[in-house]
Amino acid sequence: MIEFHLDPRSGVAPYLQIVQQVKEALRLGLLDVGDQLPTVREVVADLAINPNTVAKGYRELEASGLVEARPGRGTFVTGTLVAPSQKHHEALRRELERWLDSAERAGLDEESIRAVISTTLREAFVRRVA
Amino acid sequence: MSAPLVLHRVGKRYRRRWALRDCSLSVPERAIVGLAGPNGAGKSTLLGLAVGLLAPTEGRVEVLGRDPWLEPDVLAGVGYVAREAPLYRSFSVRDTIEFARATNPGWDWSIASEYLTRLDPDQRVSALTAGERSRLALAVALGKRPAIVLLDEPFERLDPLAAREFLQLLMDGVSELEATVVLASHVIADIERVSDHIVLLGDGHVRLDGSAEELIATHRLLTGAARPLGRIAGVEEIVRRRHSARQMTLLVRIDGQVVDPSWSVDEIGLEDLLLAYMAPERLPGPQEPERGRLRWHG
Repeated sequence: MIEFHLDPRSGVAPYLQIVQQVKEALRLGLLDVGDQLPTVREVVADLAINPNTVAKGYRELEASGLVEARPGRGTFVTGTLVAPSQKHHEALRRELERWLDSAERAGLDEESIRAVISTTLREAFVRRVA
Repeated sequence: MSAPLVLHRVGKRYRRRWALRDCSLSVPERAIVGLAGPNGAGKSTLLGLAVGLLAPTEGRVEVLGRDPWLEPDVLAGVGYVAREAPLYRSFSVRDTIEFARATNPGWDWSIASEYLTRLDPDQRVSALTAGERSRLALAVALGKRPAIVLLDEPFERLDPLAAREFLQLLMDGVSELEATVVLASHVIADIERVSDHIVLLGDGHVRLDGSAEELIATHRLLTGAARPLGRIAGVEEIVRRRHSARQMTLLVRIDGQVVDPSWSVDEIGLEDLLLAYMAPERLPGPQEPERGRLRWHG
């Protein structure tokens, strides 16, 4: 069964962390159709978090069709996220590695590389929203 | 049911000092409310009013739809863990629970016993550790199956491990009872983890009141080159600004998307957000004239 963890410093709302961790487990194939998620009370007692948070995360997963709450029995996985896109990951990673090599050759250290990436990401996403 | 705790323009004066003034708020049902604010902001006074220990000097307090000072019967539905979990020190654990059972008609053994599993019933309260005492106080507060639980600085004397365990027990009990919670603490990190609604008190006034998500969604940290400030599109109010010679950091409340590329825009965590509102250097908006920088003459 999946075990959740909570990073209060991540800036991601706690209910979204739960959603993301379930999706991550689905993507990696650690959770499969028919598997049961821990009950709200189990998560609450385990992590010392707000029961509303867990319920909200589960509702969100249910709305996206990934899980189903069966009254009196628990919440079960009904969808899968093992992505067909996964086969592209390897090629994309190799491209990124090539880019990193050229950044290093241009004299950027790790922090500068991170700064370039995060600025570019931010601008790309802002452009999309705007 | 409507809001389990409502304050309508409440004020409380001790002799000549107002501990609370003109406080209005409404706690949503089943919310877990973090009641934040520095020491002396009025948190304990607010809780005292809610549990009928204090009468308001002005305004109206409503708990579960009734006035806790005039209709103390309503307190059967209210759990309260006071500061430092005061219990009768000469009582044993068993006496304490027996007393709570005898004085609460709706007493629920199954809930209370979950908190007592590791306590020796013959132990005297005075001999319990801070962690054990807070478990006992929680057993007494939740054993009556309250609709609302109020806790005043419950983590103050607990080490980090005991504090985490206390929070687990509290959250577990709350999820079973489906109760509303008001958790007062001057340490924001303690309440940040569980609160979905925040009330920030300062100097006896409500400074912030809203859902944690909404507060985070409506605030941003802008960083950019120091400059005279005009209007920034998307910014409703500048809550706080700091600047060094070249760089400027603004905490702003937004009413839209800030897309100005000369600012780098970041989300701000709840703790930093509340600390900013508590900080004394809180400055008014952009209309304020630029002040001369202090220089160091060595």
